[in-house]
Amino acid sequence: MKEKLKTIIKMGLFLIPLLFFYLVLIAQNQEATSTFEYAEDNQQCLKCHGHTYYNYYNDWLERMIRERMNPYFIVDSAEYYEANHRNFACIDCHTSEYENFPHNGELRMEPKYACMDCHGGDDTYAKFNFEQIESEFYNSIHSSKHSDDFTCWMCHNPHSYKISARTNRHLNKTIQYDNNICLSCHADISKYQLLTTLENPNILETHSWLPNQVLHFQSVRCIECHTEINNYILVAHNVQAKDKAVQRCVECHSQNSILKETLYKYQNEGFSYSENRDRSLEIPKLIGGNRRYMLNLASVIIFILVLGGISIHAVLRIILKPR
Amino acid sequence: MSEKLYLYPQWIRVWHGINAILCLILILTGLSMQYSNPDTVVIIRFDIAVNLHNISGVMLSLSYFLFLIGNMIRPNGRHYKIVVKGFLKDLMKQFIYYAYGLFKGEKTPFPITKESKFNPLQRFTYIILMYFLVPAVILSGWVLIFPDFIQNNLFGQESIHLFDLFHLMTGFVISVFMIIHVYFCTLGKTALRNFRSIINGYHESQ
Repeated sequence: MKEKLKTIIKMGLFLIPLLFFYLVLIAQNQEATSTFEYAEDNQQCLKCHGHTYYNYYNDWLERMIRERMNPYFIVDSAEYYEANHRNFACIDCHTSEYENFPHNGELRMEPKYACMDCHGGDDTYAKFNFEQIESEFYNSIHSSKHSDDFTCWMCHNPHSYKISARTNRHLNKTIQYDNNICLSCHADISKYQLLTTLENPNILETHSWLPNQVLHFQSVRCIECHTEINNYILVAHNVQAKDKAVQRCVECHSQNSILKETLYKYQNEGFSYSENRDRSLEIPKLIGGNRRYMLNLASVIIFILVLGGISIHAVLRIILKPR
Repeated sequence: MSEKLYLYPQWIRVWHGINAILCLILILTGLSMQYSNPDTVVIIRFDIAVNLHNISGVMLSLSYFLFLIGNMIRPNGRHYKIVVKGFLKDLMKQFIYYAYGLFKGEKTPFPITKESKFNPLQRFTYIILMYFLVPAVILSGWVLIFPDFIQNNLFGQESIHLFDLFHLMTGFVISVFMIIHVYFCTLGKTALRNFRSIINGYHESQ
């Protein structure tokens, strides 16, 4: 009897923390989705489109079928509920006819909304200057070379895109996030050739002239060198042709570094645009750009003292020269 | 009657010459990088300065390595040793001579001999320079050439930032040393005599 009791207590000691851990996980999971108004409605879509496999009942075969989901139609629900459009219902942008299964094949032809359909001419978004972003984009090589085929969605996946520059406290994460957007085409031939028959140039080879390539790729975004600076929008969208890219090291590696107009133009907390942004922002940590006022001053003072000391010593040598 | 002492063997003179040229290039290119500007060229154009600085840095490393080997296998190494007992007193004696006695025409307290070519102040400075500052600037320079091989954070700071700062400060101290070194070389019997010595190898003592 005593032994049995001991065993029950031991099992309890093992199981109770496990149960607690399980309950916490459930609570967190519920909290993560329940905060979104359309989470339940969206779940109808995500139960198939949120997975690599989906199940449906086939009336002809009269049995459940397990199929693989087209990888281009999968929406990562975790990513979606962290993205900018997380508070939307799927049918806000897609026709409600998708609620019927099997989906009508013609629905694939439905026109997709563009950014400006929602963001244009709306005072709520006035501070983001979407009109300027659109005009910059139309001037860019992306738009001029590929016309209507190149849309905002090419870079900003509506199901996963989230603002990064303004909210990320760690600049490295913003850099990585933004560069991955460029690489999603420029390092992926299948997506790249949606718009061209050309072969995707190898980024590492085309940038082989860049010293410390890895460090550069980790420390700055592609757009630092490949876009024209615009002081009225936070992220420049006028992507330039490759021959117009910044190639002079000194453009960044100087006290007047262009990075101050691009990567370092915002504060991670409470961003501000060029007219009122804090110009005392930390100077980029790079050679030529990280001159520290106090060290500069100290070095000049020491230099003057040394030269002064030498001059006085030399003059005294001449004046007091023993005859 | 002055006595000629053969103090600077050929390898020392060649090394010293190469070292001087490399240090000069490194200082000029270092200044060009530190004060780079997109609108005006400061001394040397940035990209040229970077390449020249890197090449000179690598060559300086090699030259320093040869100097270390030379000091180990040749008698020159003995000039870079300090006898701690009474050294501070000797250091002060030499300092007072430079600051005061020199102007009164006093004789140097530590005349140059075959066994001791450096006075205590030189000995102390050269040891600090050649065994601490130069290796420090070389090592931090290599880190800046290959920054991917170091861990990102050091003492809660970006390590490349710290190495950059360290390299800069060490480089500055070496630059200051070079200026003082050149001036002190003019303290021979005539202003140019010591310069001649490091070219022909012979020191003329009084």
